[in-house]
Amino acid sequence: MYFSNDVLEQTPKLRKQWEDEVKKAIEKQADQKELWSTVSDLEIKRIYGPEDIKDMDFERDIAYPGQFPYLRGNQVTGYRGRYWTFRMFAGMGSAKDTNRRWHMLLQQGQTGLSTAFDFPTLMGYDTGDPHARGECGKCGVAIDTLEDFLQLVDGIPLDKITTSMTINPPATVLWAMYCAAADRQGVPLTKIGGTIQNDMLKEFIAQKTFMCPPKPSVKLISDTVEFGTQFVPKWNTISISGYHIREAGSTAVQELAFTLRDGIEYVDDVIKRKGLDVDSFAPRLSFFFNSHIDFFEEICKMRAARRIWSTVMRDRFKAKDPRSWWMRFHTQTAGCSLTAQQPYNNVVRTAIEALAAVLGGTQSLHTNSLDEVWCLPTEHAVEIALRTQQIIAEETGTANTIDPLAGSFFVESLTNEMEEKAWEYIEKIDAMGGMIAAIEKGFPQMEIADAAYKYQRQLESGEKVMVGVNKYATGEADAIPVLDIDDRVETEQMERLKAVKRKRDGKAVKRSLDAVRTACNKGENVMPHCIEAVKNLASLQEICDVYREVYGEYQDPAMY
Amino acid sequence: MGERKLRIMVAKPGLDGHDRGARVLARCFRDAGFEVIYTGCHQTPEQIAASAIQEDVDVVGLSCLSGAHRYLFPRVVELLKEQEAADITVIGGGVIPDQDFQLLYDAGIKEIFTPGASLDSIVEWIRNNVKPS
Repeated sequence: MYFSNDVLEQTPKLRKQWEDEVKKAIEKQADQKELWSTVSDLEIKRIYGPEDIKDMDFERDIAYPGQFPYLRGNQVTGYRGRYWTFRMFAGMGSAKDTNRRWHMLLQQGQTGLSTAFDFPTLMGYDTGDPHARGECGKCGVAIDTLEDFLQLVDGIPLDKITTSMTINPPATVLWAMYCAAADRQGVPLTKIGGTIQNDMLKEFIAQKTFMCPPKPSVKLISDTVEFGTQFVPKWNTISISGYHIREAGSTAVQELAFTLRDGIEYVDDVIKRKGLDVDSFAPRLSFFFNSHIDFFEEICKMRAARRIWSTVMRDRFKAKDPRSWWMRFHTQTAGCSLTAQQPYNNVVRTAIEALAAVLGGTQSLHTNSLDEVWCLPTEHAVEIALRTQQIIAEETGTANTIDPLAGSFFVESLTNEMEEKAWEYIEKIDAMGGMIAAIEKGFPQMEIADAAYKYQRQLESGEKVMVGVNKYATGEADAIPVLDIDDRVETEQMERLKAVKRKRDGKAVKRSLDAVRTACNKGENVMPHCIEAVKNLASLQEICDVYREVYGEYQDPAMY
Repeated sequence: MGERKLRIMVAKPGLDGHDRGARVLARCFRDAGFEVIYTGCHQTPEQIAASAIQEDVDVVGLSCLSGAHRYLFPRVVELLKEQEAADITVIGGGVIPDQDFQLLYDAGIKEIFTPGASLDSIVEWIRNNVKPS
């Protein structure tokens, strides 16, 4: 029991007194609206008290950091040993352009790198492919071959800096390039650290960057987990992502539930397909959440996520190593909460969202720039976003103590409620036969579409407010500087690719692509063959075309 | 016999997967009484023009958030013209900076809607500017 009987005996009397006062007050001044709810439409009560968390057990449900169920965090020292990693997502134009931005960020005090690739790279196409016209370098960096990649990491010590790569269908190829680049720097694979996003399930659910159908996509992911476990022990091979689910319009509970259920699907596949012991790989699984504008809902979501995952890993998968029970996660503030109108307000939104992520105990954070509704961020805007994190870390005092909101009637109650609702979804998806089966039915996709449409309608009616958009609008455009990616990047990149293709050993390329194909056909691990192929300067698309050929292509079912 | 329903194709050209806006609009157009065809993501301009003609639509609404609109939007209009379907109204939306508007208007995009545009304003524009043929 969390409260003594004395407290619980006093509560009803005090509560009744307060309720009577509320009734009187409302008669004088009615509430501004009837229903008060989170941005996800979860109803919130006027007050929370001991009665809302009376069934909680401190040891079982809350405890201290580093203690099961890890509600309060994995690290016993909190942020005192080190702050979260300041990791700004960056990538644009050519590898050279992005390398320059990376060096700027490191110079400004950023502590980890994070790569944004352009759409052709994300989808496994080379620059110049008919599918890729007009997209080169537009919303990330264009990478076709190892030559580009070497330019990307030029001057970055791969044994010291960790790098996250937001890459999904071609994750094997980009990770192979990273391994090959480390090799060039003389850094052994055991020394490199970083993350590949490599989470295909959320692509089918939300982000829609897909190449092959779900089943072979998950097979390729299990290949990377196996390879990492054997050879690259400091690498996070999957970043199980709720971010994109949320951006696609889900509620916070849906983000929580679908992300964790995706995690269950991956763990299941690695155990069944590869026969690995759960504790050999589970500590390298990482997560990625969105921090949206509803402050407490986000904090509670992150706290609930840790408690659900530790329970799943211990009870469902029988993991014994406490590190397998830990949920480690990166957070990004919500792009979809930003507005094109009055863009300077976005600095405020991002600061509040970042603060929620820190109070939720994130291990790593990206803060969006004020201009990202318009374009890739300009240097000045990125600097403000990075400074926002530094202000939270070093000025606000938020990092002084661990999980400062624990024990709050409201926060604990909302954490419990979100956890319960997430379990309902997880059980529902279990009953459907797992996440792949649920995706094939369109279940998570349509749940999100419903939530997104409902929210949009609430904005239209004014029931939900976006300042500067449907309330306090000025009708005037705030002109802000916009970063433009020159269309010439595309022609220059096509030239670079041609030059690489001219100079490489065509026979070696063909031989190594054949080896990738054989591995696919035999169900073997593709990773060693991918590394060989990229070293021989096979292009991203050439390797991905092998996957398309063997596994087939996935078409968007176009549900709405 | 009542007037024929307005037929609209919501299309996602290029490799961009940000389909939240497109799908919300598809649903909104359906609720507004239009006949809606949604292409799904990752369509080439060639595929979009071909299906627009085959489906005999009155409007094509292009959605692009990747920054590739300067190539993709004009290309769709150009292909429709080449195939004698210039009567199809093409509108667009997404992450489109002000500085690109003129280029797109000049290329034949009739209207551009950017983040924050209300659903009602888009429906109203279509009702005022397009008559079912």
